[in-house]
Amino acid sequence: MKLITAIVKPFTLDDVRSALEQLGVLGMTVSEVQGYGRQKGHTEVYRGAEYAVDFVAKLKVEVVTDDANVDKVIDAVVSAAHTGKIGDGKVWVTSVDTVIRVRTGERGADAL
Amino acid sequence: MEGNTAWLLISAALVLLMTPGLAFFYGGMVRSKSVLNMLMMCFGAMGLIGVLWVIYGYSMTYGSDVAGLLGNPFDMLGLSGLMTPEGDPTAGTVDVAFQAMFAIITVALISGAVADRMKFGSWMIFGGLWATIVYFPVAHWVWGDGGWIGELGALDFAGGTAVHINAGAAALGLVLVLGKRVGWPREPMKPHNLPYVMLGAGLLWFGWFGFNAGSAYAADGVAGIAFINTVTATSAAMLGWLLLERIRDGKPTSLGAASGVVAGLVAITPACAYVDTWGALSIGAIAGVLCALAVGLKYRFGYDDSLDVVGVHLVGGLVGTLMLGFVATTSVAPDGTDGLFYGGDVALLGKQAISALAVMVYSGIIAAILGLIIKAINGGRVTREEEINGIDEAEHAESAYDFAGGRGGRAASADSGVAGNAKKLEETKS
Repeated sequence: MKLITAIVKPFTLDDVRSALEQLGVLGMTVSEVQGYGRQKGHTEVYRGAEYAVDFVAKLKVEVVTDDANVDKVIDAVVSAAHTGKIGDGKVWVTSVDTVIRVRTGERGADAL
Repeated sequence: MEGNTAWLLISAALVLLMTPGLAFFYGGMVRSKSVLNMLMMCFGAMGLIGVLWVIYGYSMTYGSDVAGLLGNPFDMLGLSGLMTPEGDPTAGTVDVAFQAMFAIITVALISGAVADRMKFGSWMIFGGLWATIVYFPVAHWVWGDGGWIGELGALDFAGGTAVHINAGAAALGLVLVLGKRVGWPREPMKPHNLPYVMLGAGLLWFGWFGFNAGSAYAADGVAGIAFINTVTATSAAMLGWLLLERIRDGKPTSLGAASGVVAGLVAITPACAYVDTWGALSIGAIAGVLCALAVGLKYRFGYDDSLDVVGVHLVGGLVGTLMLGFVATTSVAPDGTDGLFYGGDVALLGKQAISALAVMVYSGIIAAILGLIIKAINGGRVTREEEINGIDEAEHAESAYDFAGGRGGRAASADSGVAGNAKKLEETKS
């Protein structure tokens, strides 16, 4: 099993979610995060004093999936989150040893 | 008389509301870790000055004159002789109530300068001493029978010198002694809640109608003039501030709109019953632009006036007080004086400048001396670590916002608080 972590622009969340739903992905975790990569922050001005806001607001989407589905999930996320402009985000994949469903105690792929 | 009494009672309540309004105007501008302390400094002034005022403050301001400098504090100690249903209440109890609110908000105004760092106890001591040594006498100078500024013939309808220059100069004197916040000006200290700031500015504007139009002491035409000028100048000041931001920074900001409103209100305060529409518009517009520029002075000179009490109240107060020397007109106030632009001579401008300078110097110096004394006693400010962690927790043992309801609170000991109550309940049952 793999954990697919995607950092995306907040306004693309709806598209990302429906693309994953169409693939039959049954759940995901979304958190509000901030950070920066190539895209720099922005400037805010309060009573004439400028503040550089370095971190940009992003969403982190986490999905655990079967090895067989990894590429499809990645493609779905990337195409849904793609705008072609700087700051579109990143997707990375990590291996997951096991998953347990708390309610039933099922382990591994059955728990997905 | 009944009509006047009714209007003054309402005005007093309006002016009281300005202090909570100010608390939110200031509170939104600080970081989320200091908002309770900011609110508490304003509310603290309500408690403290409310008590001092009725004991000896009113008497020190309006009691029988001593050498033009102060009223006799023993004249009406504890409001003796005033607590009677006889006579004209606008010269008695209702006057006491109305002017109490002025004393309260003048002290509260200073608190914005020391946000994030001054110990609450030190602030309360400062507030009480400053009111006693500075506000009560200075209000006597301006408004008391025989006060020297009033005798001089300087104009101050509702408190440009006594309230705004006074509080602004005190703020400057105090912060010079107290020192900068940790990290200022390198670290960003941006406002944590601009909607609070806007709400506070709205409440201030609303309350200010009591402040200015109430100062007519009658429900009459003078109150009407003061009222409309409080709209005119304030609107112009907001536009002035926003226009400057649009040109200089590119965007008109909500903080700029709220600040422009307050700058306009401050500037029209001394002038509201003495100027015509053109005078009010020019006072407002000039105050809006000048105050927007003046809030940058602290970066140039290196004093950490946290929320720009100097830039808005001292500068705004000076604009209104000095511009009266140009735009005061007897066509609006037959008992007043004409300014330079309305056929008057330079004497009025001179009187305005003398009164402004005297209040500024006296208040600034005394505030600095009080700050030094407080600093010598207990440092005057929270420790560096407490300041970084947040003064709310250090001084009040509270935090303003708890967005995560389930973050694992528990009773601090088995015998007190929630756990203690549960234990008592168990004992009662058994």
